[in-house]
Amino acid sequence: MENFLQWISANEQLLYILVLVIFLGFVVISRVPTILHTPLMSHANAISGVVIIGAIIVMGRVEPDNYVALALGLLAVIAGTINVVGGFVVTDRMMEMFKKKK
Amino acid sequence: MGVSVLSVIYILSAITFILGLKLMSNPVTARKGNQLAGAGMFAAVIGTIFLFRDSNGELLRNHIWIFSGIAIGSIVGVLAAKKVKMTAMPEMVSLFNGLGGASASLIALIEFLHLKNSGFPADQSGPGILAIIFSGIILGNITFSGSVIAWGKLSGKVKDFIFKGQHIVNLILLAAGILLAALIISNVRSGTASVLFWLVFFISLLYGVLFVMPIGGADMPVVISLLNSLSGLSAATGGFLYNNKAVYTAGILVGAAGTILTVLMCKAMNRSLMNVLIGAFGGGGSQAGTKEQGTYKEISLNDAAVLLSYANKVMVVPGYGLAVAQAQHACHDLEKLLESKGVEVKYAIHPVAGRMPGHMNVLLAEADVSYDKLLEMEPANEEFPSTDVVLVLGANDVVNPAAKNDPSSPIYGMPILDVGAAKHCIVVKRSMKPGYAGIENDLFFQPKTSMLFGDAKKVLQELSNEIKNI
Repeated sequence: MENFLQWISANEQLLYILVLVIFLGFVVISRVPTILHTPLMSHANAISGVVIIGAIIVMGRVEPDNYVALALGLLAVIAGTINVVGGFVVTDRMMEMFKKKK
Repeated sequence: MGVSVLSVIYILSAITFILGLKLMSNPVTARKGNQLAGAGMFAAVIGTIFLFRDSNGELLRNHIWIFSGIAIGSIVGVLAAKKVKMTAMPEMVSLFNGLGGASASLIALIEFLHLKNSGFPADQSGPGILAIIFSGIILGNITFSGSVIAWGKLSGKVKDFIFKGQHIVNLILLAAGILLAALIISNVRSGTASVLFWLVFFISLLYGVLFVMPIGGADMPVVISLLNSLSGLSAATGGFLYNNKAVYTAGILVGAAGTILTVLMCKAMNRSLMNVLIGAFGGGGSQAGTKEQGTYKEISLNDAAVLLSYANKVMVVPGYGLAVAQAQHACHDLEKLLESKGVEVKYAIHPVAGRMPGHMNVLLAEADVSYDKLLEMEPANEEFPSTDVVLVLGANDVVNPAAKNDPSSPIYGMPILDVGAAKHCIVVKRSMKPGYAGIENDLFFQPKTSMLFGDAKKVLQELSNEIKNI
């Protein structure tokens, strides 16, 4: 219990961010109309590809002769990039079609 | 200096992610929102590559590797996104999503191997860090294998698979994975830790497979949304690992947004998330086709054409059959033709029609149907009583009256499009086979309903020709 409380006070800032971001996510999404749910999902999916930043950091810190880690890191960067790039491009393609027609 | 510039870039990109999501709430601004978030992501990536410094103040190395990865990923991503047919969109999104999970899991894996190689130094392998690593592995792997199975199921490559007590096995697997992870965290230097680590790794992959396997077709949209939310959370673990606020805020944002979207969809079907996950909806299929249903009547193309062209108001109810037949353009042509004859044509879109929320909207938008004509379920249900002809195009479960009046039906309680309230109902279907969820549909046997058998696209084109001849 003591540990837990200590952990909370040590990470107070982080917890504030988490709580606020969770509410933000709820509020922002609740107003999206059903007709936009598919593009919304692929858009959110593209944002979750932000993990690519983690992949880049991991990759940039690997020793240049550690080939196992380099290969795994390369896979991580490729997977993350496909997620980000594919996600944004596919959403753009969808939204292009949602133009208002006369 | 560089590091503070990077902080500014991260803050700005976090703002673009939030604004991007917000702009997605209106079809007019959505495209801009998507491009804005894309630009934010680009800035964050470039900034990280050149400005990031680790705790020792060192810049990142291995630029060639990083850029090759980005180049390969971009080419594959752009090609896949440009070439995918609009009807295959749910599969594609699911696959992209899985790759995000894979990336998060690989990051955690590399970090764990790194710690293992350096003998788990006490200052770098505290319980906090290890817990983050294991969250990354477990969430990332579930997202990855679950999404791959979802992709396989949506594209028809993987069949539903269910065995007795599957959800209990699933729960045990999940609990075992978490317990093992806790065990390793409590004593990471023991000899068995790295063996157990791989056990956790494979258990979480297996869990992802078994968790998506039994989920029936009608529930796929919910699962995709749930997996989307999981991929956000697994991305967030990557952020916690490096205390990178841009990554974890974006990850949590997507996680929260995905969760609320999942809940909204469950509500649209009047079911709880628990029920979707363990209910194995439509997977059994044993209750289907056992009782005699009476007779249905067919309608000729010519009669259907007459009925449609002399109607005042026609409501089209599209479903997955429309997507399979690629009939969205033929549908729009028919709509224009009818409107030129003074018939009012609208579309009634059920929230879970198709294999993804909003799937029908995207398809119809591709065919240039104005989104003003697309009605959501509630306004559509208000308009059915004043509608002359309902044209059901490859939809089944979302118009099944059993959801309203048969408590023994697996879809009982799901709100449906009440097409029975209209004066006539023409159902275009390939055969009398039950829908994806494997449930018989009484609608087809009602006196007001006529069946028009055939591939949706062909039938619509023939209907248009007939109408032109009237």
